[in-house]
Amino acid sequence: MNSIQPVILWTDALIFALLLAVLVLVWLIRRQEHLLAPWRVVAQRPMAMGAALVLGAFVVIGLLDSLHYRAQLTDSPADAPQYSVEVLSVFDALTSELRSRQEKTYSAPLAMQLYAKEFVERDGATVRDYPRLQYGGAHLQRADERLSDITRRTLVGATQGGLASLLLFGLLAGWQVRRTRLAVGAWLAAWRQGSLNWPGRTVVLMVALLLMLGGALAQLASGYHVFGTDKVGQDVLYISLKSIRTGLVIGTLTTLVTLPLAIGFGITAGYFRGWVDDIIQYLYTVLNSIPGVLLIAAAVLIVQVYIESNPDIFDTAAARADIRLLALCLIMGVTSWTGLARLLRGESLKLRTLDYVEAARAFGVSNVRIISRHIFPNLFHLVLIAIVLDFSGLVLAEAVLSYIGVGVDPAMYSWGNMINGARLELAREPVVWWQLGAAFAFMFTLVLAANLFADGVRDAFDPRLGGRR
Amino acid sequence: MKPLLEVRDLVTGFGRVRVVDGVSFQVAAGETYALLGESGCGKSITALSLMRLLPDGGRVISGSVRLGETDVLALPERDMRRVRGGQMAMIFQEPMLALNPVIKVGEQIGEALALHQNLAGQAARDAARGLLDAVGVPDAVRRLDTYPFELSGGLRQRVMIAMALAGRPQLLIADEPTTALDVTIQAQVLDVLRRLKAEQRMGMLLITHDLGVVAENADRVGVMYAGELVEEGVRNAFFASPQHPYSRMLFEALPRPGDGGRLVTIPGQVPPLDGPMRGCRFAPRCPFAVARCRAESPGWQVIDDQRVRCHLAGTLPARSERELAAHSVKQAAPPLLQVDGLKVHFPIRRGLIQRTVGHVRAVDGVSLDIRAGRTLALVGESGCGKTTVGKALLRLIEPTAGRIVLGGETITAKNVPFLRRQAQMVFQDPFSSLNPRMRVADILLEGMDALGVGEAADRRDAVVQLLRQVGLPDDAGGRYPHAFSGGQRQRIAIARALAVSPRLVICDEPTSALDVSVQAQILNLLKDLQDSLGLAYLFITHNLAVVDYLAHEVAVMYLGRIVEHGAAADVLRAPRHPYTQALVSAVPHIKAQTGPGIIRLAGDQPSPLNPPDGCHFNPRCPHAMEVCRQTYPEQTELGGGHWVRCHWVAGQI
Repeated sequence: MNSIQPVILWTDALIFALLLAVLVLVWLIRRQEHLLAPWRVVAQRPMAMGAALVLGAFVVIGLLDSLHYRAQLTDSPADAPQYSVEVLSVFDALTSELRSRQEKTYSAPLAMQLYAKEFVERDGATVRDYPRLQYGGAHLQRADERLSDITRRTLVGATQGGLASLLLFGLLAGWQVRRTRLAVGAWLAAWRQGSLNWPGRTVVLMVALLLMLGGALAQLASGYHVFGTDKVGQDVLYISLKSIRTGLVIGTLTTLVTLPLAIGFGITAGYFRGWVDDIIQYLYTVLNSIPGVLLIAAAVLIVQVYIESNPDIFDTAAARADIRLLALCLIMGVTSWTGLARLLRGESLKLRTLDYVEAARAFGVSNVRIISRHIFPNLFHLVLIAIVLDFSGLVLAEAVLSYIGVGVDPAMYSWGNMINGARLELAREPVVWWQLGAAFAFMFTLVLAANLFADGVRDAFDPRLGGRR
Repeated sequence: MKPLLEVRDLVTGFGRVRVVDGVSFQVAAGETYALLGESGCGKSITALSLMRLLPDGGRVISGSVRLGETDVLALPERDMRRVRGGQMAMIFQEPMLALNPVIKVGEQIGEALALHQNLAGQAARDAARGLLDAVGVPDAVRRLDTYPFELSGGLRQRVMIAMALAGRPQLLIADEPTTALDVTIQAQVLDVLRRLKAEQRMGMLLITHDLGVVAENADRVGVMYAGELVEEGVRNAFFASPQHPYSRMLFEALPRPGDGGRLVTIPGQVPPLDGPMRGCRFAPRCPFAVARCRAESPGWQVIDDQRVRCHLAGTLPARSERELAAHSVKQAAPPLLQVDGLKVHFPIRRGLIQRTVGHVRAVDGVSLDIRAGRTLALVGESGCGKTTVGKALLRLIEPTAGRIVLGGETITAKNVPFLRRQAQMVFQDPFSSLNPRMRVADILLEGMDALGVGEAADRRDAVVQLLRQVGLPDDAGGRYPHAFSGGQRQRIAIARALAVSPRLVICDEPTSALDVSVQAQILNLLKDLQDSLGLAYLFITHNLAVVDYLAHEVAVMYLGRIVEHGAAADVLRAPRHPYTQALVSAVPHIKAQTGPGIIRLAGDQPSPLNPPDGCHFNPRCPHAMEVCRQTYPEQTELGGGHWVRCHWVAGQI
């Protein structure tokens, strides 16, 4: 057994810090009835819960992909171990088959032959034909077995997923029956009628759907390239899955940069007014009037130059790509805080005139305390809504930026890079569509889930709707 | 005679909650029917059910509404549109919200005219001018081309009435038409409504919580409680002998002129309508309730001109007029607060470099003093600067000039913490004055923490002590403000002010957002606290009845200056300044007034940006003379600390 050396990239550290922060926040929210109540409303909305499950699946993959390590080289001595320059993640280890089974070049989804003709030896003669893939469908003897094999694998995978979800459902029912002290039949009836106090049907069906989809994908992936391969023969499914982490990092870390700026400047401007307000307003008006893409391109280029002039700081390619990703998050955060800041400024302007703030001032309570106890808690719901809504916008922005070449490192797996790579091949006859298709499908699912979830959150927190459905 | 409007067993619900539960009444042509009740008893929902304009989720469950020959509830929506505005029209409480701010007044009236009378162009304009004339809008031609925000509250409400009249309705529904207005303006608007009703023989459904408004305007009265009509009768009979215990207690909860005794309060609150209803809905709060009241819902009983739903109808003890208790008179103490020449001017800045081009003189030289344990009421209409005085005293707004001496110490920017210990404030709206995200205990602790009152360890005990003092349960500290009703929230706000043991409490309209029965509780509480703690109050209000009950001295403010000052009895019983006289006479009274009728003031209070030359009151004053337009009057002493700033009064002496 080879030992490993854990590697903590900058973004990894931030992601886990963020995870910790979210857990602390959850703990805090659980203790505060007025914060908990809207989340209960969210938890009762089937659409939001279904979306949350899909988001959860993405997050799990992203987190697994954020535990990085370097494997020990097999021929290095035990007392002075040397480690591979390649930084892998737990996710890579789990899907090592996908990663290692590299073809020569393009192949279509679920194909057993390459997408380009080559000279191959056949029956002693050299003919120009589509060669068989090294891994995709290699277990098949004849081409006409392919369809039935695919069907069989899909069914088997779906059945496995179904069985797993039945098992989970049984466990859930058992736990719920013990907790609520209902008869099993009564609980099942309540579940079927949807009269539980949480959207039981949607959650169970969604989990079953995800498990069956996962099972079928796993079964197919063990014999085929489900989404085909790219120009250098890498499995597109693997690339798409690896891109999840990039998307999540962009969506969450950028918000992390945005929040302090938006909250700090927004509340300060609205609460203190006067010259403070003027300066902050000028600042964000100026920032808003510079095209964001220009700033981002400039910042990314500066980071690029810095990385290249200091090669000794970044020992691996992963570290270099990672620092560029972080820089992108930073600069996107710096350019995108203005909207939320403006919203919070307006809200603070309103809140500062309310009687309870006046009452606090009549006691001589300090400004810091007024802001932290009276202003901030009363606009916290706006911040939450903004976080969830901004997330999907940022994921899409990454794709656009990478497409025009100022996004993440070209060596990094990201949906933007996938689209960028597919761009030239779209003109090819017959067309190579699966890279674009896969990136689109994954991005669409993530953004749709995020938007549906955001809808649920906004409705629950919007005081005008008053928690009505 | 066949009634104009006949409502029978109307039931309106939101989901399972029956907000209006079996209400029946009739309105004849040329009659004013008043629906009286506290907030949340279903008055407005009744009116909206008649118009079929219920908010989302609301639904008429059963009952019938007949307007003349039409069955309103059976009409298809298309025909209903013709009925709305055409046969019944509605005016709302808040005219600024009911008028579209970006459309000129003339066009808004024209829209209604086009719909209901098919008028357009010059004809519509003439008709609109006629309507504005009819509701007493001066200079009607010019007003047609103004936007709603250019008009004052009273004019806006008249424009609303003109719009409602555009369809020549047979029935006018007025939902709290004057609640948002000042007394002098309220008198003007009610005048217009009375005159129009008589001229056009309209039926009017007047919805209000104000017994005074009912007494002066209604022909018949229906009292609503918790979704039901509990009493109905002809006005005179109702006011002579209200039969239902609830109606009686409403009367007794009102502060009466010259009465220093405790007010009668109705314990408890209106029951939640989503719970099961058994027996009489008022039984839990009724002092006369017997076992039968809790078991069986009472039916209608007829007593002469009145109908009442009460098992004990007619058997209740006769209403005894409580003796007027004299105000307790305290020994004169040295002044606690002395204010001399207080001025608050807000600069108006214009242009790129924010040059100051003028000042709004919100407070323009106010002098007053308050002795410990006494109450000074600062009275005036909205916009006269009375709230600004309160805030400037606490330095929530930096005063422009003036000297404030509190407890012998002159207050400057340096010893503000001393001021904060000595003086605190209770705000008008108990819903916006408590942070919804803080527990009650934290709200009460905030002041003590900020000013370092007492030892930190003792403060938790102090919170319990405070809660008891204002009559809240001990466990209230752990809950959030939304768990409390309006009256309880105002108690919390009072407890918060008391937390730092101040000697002066500035009360800024503390009861104007509350119902009559709750108002009585808060007024009693304030009085008890004054007696036990020796507090001095600066009571800022526009409600003269409350002033009468609580205040020892009264100062009347007009446009940033005090125009009359003196002992409460002198100022309210024998006002000398024409403005005070108009103010006092404009308050709607329950009992028929003897003596001079109501003095109607023309127009509105001018803007403090550009006050009139000479006496500020001269454009509206019935006694204005040449000298009034030139110089501001000096103080005229009338003896006993009563003084007034008026040339007319000075000339009489």
